[in-house]
Formats: sequence, structure tokens, C-alpha cells
Amino acid sequence: MNVKHWTTCALLLLLPASLQAGEVSVAVAANFSAPMKVIAEQFQVATGHRAILSFGSSGKFYAQIKNGAPYQVFLSADQAKPQALANDGMVVSGSRFTYALGALALWSADKNLIDESAAVLKTGNFRKLAIANPRLAPYGNAALETLDALGLRTALSASLVRGENIAQAYQFVGSGNAELGFVALSQVWQDGEIRQGSGWKVPGDLHSPIRQDAVLLLKGRRSAAAGALLAFLKSEQARDVIKRFGYRTPERQG
Amino acid sequence: MGFSDADLTAIWLTVKLASVVTILLLIIGTPIAWWLTRTRSKWKGPVNAVVALPLILPPSVLGFYLLVAMGPNGPLGALTQSLGLGTLPFTFAGLVVASIIYSLPFVVQPIHNAMEALGRQPLEVAATLRAGPWDTFFHVVLPLAKPGFISAAVLGFAHTVGEFGVVLMIGGNIPGETKVISEQIYDHDEALDYAQAHWLAGAMVVFAFVVLAVLYSFNRRGSQTGVVGGY
Repeated sequence: MNVKHWTTCALLLLLPASLQAGEVSVAVAANFSAPMKVIAEQFQVATGHRAILSFGSSGKFYAQIKNGAPYQVFLSADQAKPQALANDGMVVSGSRFTYALGALALWSADKNLIDESAAVLKTGNFRKLAIANPRLAPYGNAALETLDALGLRTALSASLVRGENIAQAYQFVGSGNAELGFVALSQVWQDGEIRQGSGWKVPGDLHSPIRQDAVLLLKGRRSAAAGALLAFLKSEQARDVIKRFGYRTPERQG
Repeated sequence: MGFSDADLTAIWLTVKLASVVTILLLIIGTPIAWWLTRTRSKWKGPVNAVVALPLILPPSVLGFYLLVAMGPNGPLGALTQSLGLGTLPFTFAGLVVASIIYSLPFVVQPIHNAMEALGRQPLEVAATLRAGPWDTFFHVVLPLAKPGFISAAVLGFAHTVGEFGVVLMIGGNIPGETKVISEQIYDHDEALDYAQAHWLAGAMVVFAFVVLAVLYSFNRRGSQTGVVGGY
């Protein structure tokens, strides 16, 4: 290799990161993992940037980000944690937006248990009803609100078992340990219908909306890839994926 | 501030769970330890390995398999259902079964070590004095292996108090039934209620330190008088 090549190499290394295909590390709420994997692939094809995804509970991510975790973008399962991070000064101001609205489903692994009117909730023909912990998970809170709206909360409170998050509520039902449970529609939804077992799409007016917010974190403020990812999440292509997985997307802003 | 009512419920439940589990484990663990001490069977290695498995396996593996095995479609679940007991996940009894498996090595190993350390001599002496096997066991082995039993009881109790992952996976977080201290701390922590979490978490650190400090000073005294306590 001659001197000229060496110079070229050195110059390439000195190029600002923003001009190269970059990487962005993203903390993703567990309920959004399936659509996010698809979106990350499309994002790489469209922009050349690579999104490195970590999945987990929003509460854990909150604590980790506050204590210096290297995430650049945070897709929360709720609005409270991004807001709290903003209050802590960990967020690029004005970057917060709703990327998806979660939908709730009553689901059973038994394909005959739940009909279109979810009559089984009233007959009480089951021992355990799984929900996500309402204190920790917005889907758990929405499940309780739904039981309230149906006037069944008191009657069913002795049957409730709580998973630490919506993934565990799903596992309790999937393994048959709870006959039925409230899960995220995205967990059981595929191509416009319940994937297996039986289920009931909970009407959105029975609970307050499950708004899931994204923010650009301070560690991502200089990253072109992080900015591009947030823009891509608002694109028509990403919104299609989000809807395909049983979420609603927010009204177009501006 | 201090402990809330929910915290106190969790503390009481944890103490109850750990007490029940420790008593059952001493009853189950003693014959296993004795067999491991006396046997020349080729099964000694494999049985030792099974007893020690929970030391190595992550709680996610134990919790996952217990949930499946104790569920309505699993072998344990089929058994409990045919006995009219229903299924075990989300119940106190389920936590007891899971904790027994999870804490087994912490009870069996100290007892086993203490029995091994006795050697053959006391048993042979007892035999020449015409003591029967049961007589020997209760009047020679048990008293001489006492430090091992104390270590086993303390470790079994403490380890059950410190259990988290398995309970998280099969408990269902029911107050007064399956929501133990570690779950309660996790709840506070995930709900960003760090002040409440600190109270319980701090208490756990103090508890663990005191237990281990007492155990180690006790064991040092034991070894000075020539009795090996295992840990």
C-alpha cells in the first residue's frame, strides 16, 4: 500500500459519522417487538442505517436510561415514562410523539371459549383471568378499566392473576394456566384475525387510549441514524406495519 | 414513611413460605443426604448432579418448566388435577413446591458434607456396641452432624426468602397468596416508586448480611472444635 492509499484511509476515518451509514441503539417496549423487527429491516433497506434493538419493560428502561444506559431512542409502552425522562432532562426537547395506539384483546388458547360478545366474562365459567400488572403496564390498566366498564371488576377480582408485563400475561394464557386473559391485540393478531385459540377485540371506548410514545434521548442528539429512525417511524411504510400488527396509528400531526 | 400494609403482607407471606419450605426440606433433604453419604451405587453421581442442578440453572429455566409442568397440560398438573387439587401455579402450595426444588441443594449439601465428615469410625463404634441402624442414625449421626443441619436450615430459609425469578414466573402476583417480598420490591421498582423500594430492599440487605454473618461465625467456632459444618 502506498502513501496515497494510506492518506485516503485516514481521511475516510476522519469523515463525520453523519455522512456514513450509522447505527442507532433503540430501547423498545416488549409489546412492540414484533412490528419493530419488521420496521428495523425496512429502515435499513430505506436508509442504510442499522437499528440495534433491545426489548424490555418500559419501567426497566426508564431506570437504565436515567442511570446512563447508551440508548439513543426510546419507544415506550406508555406516555408517562418518556414524560418522566423529559422532566429529568434526558430527552431532546420537542422530540416526543405517539407512534402507536395499543389495542386490547381478551384471548384464550381454547378455540371455543370466547365468542363475539365475550359472554364467558359474565358466565364466569373459568378459574383464572390473566392481566398485566395494572400498576406497571398500561395494558393491565386498560384491562381493569374494561372490567369496570362492563361492571364486572368486583365479581372477577378473585380470579385475577397478574403478569409482570403483557408478555407474561400472554404466557399464562398460552400455557393454559389461566383459561383466558387480556393481552395486547398485537400478540394474537395476524392478517386481520385472531391467530389461534379464540378472542375478542375489546372496543376502544371501554378503556382510555393506550398511547405509546417515542423520544429521542440526549445520547442520540448528534446521531443522524437516530433522527432518521424517528422520521421513518412516522412514514406511511412504518404506519402500515404498525396497523398490520393490530395497533392503531395516531392522526397525522401538522 | 416505612412499610406499607401491602409490604407487611408480603413480609408475612415470605416468612410463612420460607418456614414451611425449610421444615419440608429438612424432612426431604436428610434421607437424600444420608443416602448420598452411605451409597456405593453408580447412581450417586447422577443423583448428586440432580440435587445441584438448581445452583446452575437460571430461575427462568426452572420457572418456565415448572409453569409448563404444573399447568393443566403438564404431568404435574395432570397429577394434581386427578387428585382433585386443581393446578398449582398462582397458589401458595405451588410456591412451596417450586421453592423446595429451588432451595434443595442449599439444604442437602451442608447436611451431606457434615455426614461425610463424620467418617466411618463413629458408625463402626456404634455397631460394635450393638446399636441398630435407626438407633445409630438418631443418636450418633444426627447429633454429630448438627452444625450441618443448622447451616442447612439457615441457608434453606434465607435462600427461599431471596427467591425471585421462579416466583415471578409462576406466582401471578396475588397479594397474600404469592406476592413475596422480592416481588413487592420489583413492583415498587418498576412503578418508579423508588422510595418504597429502598425500604424493603434495604431491609433485605440487612437481613442477608445478618444471616450470613451469624452463619459464618457459628461455622468458624464449629470448625475450631473439630466439627465441620459444611459451608
